[in-house]
Amino acid sequence: MSHLDPPLTEMTPRPSLGELFKAFFIVSISGFGGALPWARRMIVEQRGWMTTEEFNEAFALAQFLPGPNLVNFSVVFGLRFGGPLGALVAFCSLMGPPLVIVTILAFLYAQYGDLEMLGRILKGITAAAAGLLIAVTTKMAAPIFLKRWNSAPVIALLAFLAVAIMQFPLPWVFVVLAPISIALAWFKR
Amino acid sequence: MNDNSPLTTLFVYFATLSLFAMGGANSAIPEMHRVAVDTMHWMTDRQFGDMFAISQLSPGPNVIIVTLIGYHVAGLAGGAVATVAMCGPTCFLAFFVAGFWDRFKDAHWRIAIQAGLIPLSLGLIAASAFVLARVADSNVYAGIITAVTAVVAFATRINPLWVFAAGGILGLSGWL
Repeated sequence: MSHLDPPLTEMTPRPSLGELFKAFFIVSISGFGGALPWARRMIVEQRGWMTTEEFNEAFALAQFLPGPNLVNFSVVFGLRFGGPLGALVAFCSLMGPPLVIVTILAFLYAQYGDLEMLGRILKGITAAAAGLLIAVTTKMAAPIFLKRWNSAPVIALLAFLAVAIMQFPLPWVFVVLAPISIALAWFKR
Repeated sequence: MNDNSPLTTLFVYFATLSLFAMGGANSAIPEMHRVAVDTMHWMTDRQFGDMFAISQLSPGPNVIIVTLIGYHVAGLAGGAVATVAMCGPTCFLAFFVAGFWDRFKDAHWRIAIQAGLIPLSLGLIAASAFVLARVADSNVYAGIITAVTAVVAFATRINPLWVFAAGGILGLSGWL
């Protein structure tokens, strides 16, 4: 917060609770297949509430914690700019609209999910979504598999095998692999 | 588990899951699938795939798939409970850690934990991709859609919506 702001920037605007609500509301109904890029665009580029570095730093915390990253981020962001109430406002405006929309979709699915035509469409979308996830994985994997820290690919592979092939419960896999992976990273340098 | 109300089960299950979901909601897909389809028999493979598709078509954070699962299990309240359970615990963590997070910017333990968790997240997301592909790709054509999408999305910065539209239209055409 306080460290080394570039000296020439004019006061970064500080969002009011209303602006916080509006921004996260818009983000929540914008992105498809994840809203992170929209949050970055809104906060860094459109509103100028954070620099890219500040955003990355705050988002690193959201990623550092388990659970949905962007939702964690909304709490971190809201807290910083509006205190506890700000955190609550940011969280509710990020989750509220999608919750309402998805509940309506869930209701429709419960009514019409058996329609063969709908099933075919959704199946095509799932097949495509799986492809998207493979692309994301590959993009993530490239730097890890190509450079430095040699044990990373092994850990990634073990996690994959344990969860996808062996179908072990996630908590077990986590409890075994996370300490090993962190210890390896710790002793790396 | 049968003597518990479904809402309690949903809450306990998603609150626990959220604490192990490193790398966000996408890392937790295999675990959700394992429990919802294989262990608890809340739904079929196909229904799980459908819900993932719907969650991808919905705006907002990916985590919203838990609302669909919760609704399927226990209606309106189920959707709300699953969502709160999945988001609540880690939001509280974020709330309390945010205050002193900046102080540890360069701490060795923080760097080690961050670096150590990256390969784990990667493995989990890869597992998600695998589980979804297994659910969706019941024949060659669906497999081709997955493969082509993977290549296109890797090589370009295409808007996911186009990919979903193409997948949906091909699905509708009856090949899958």
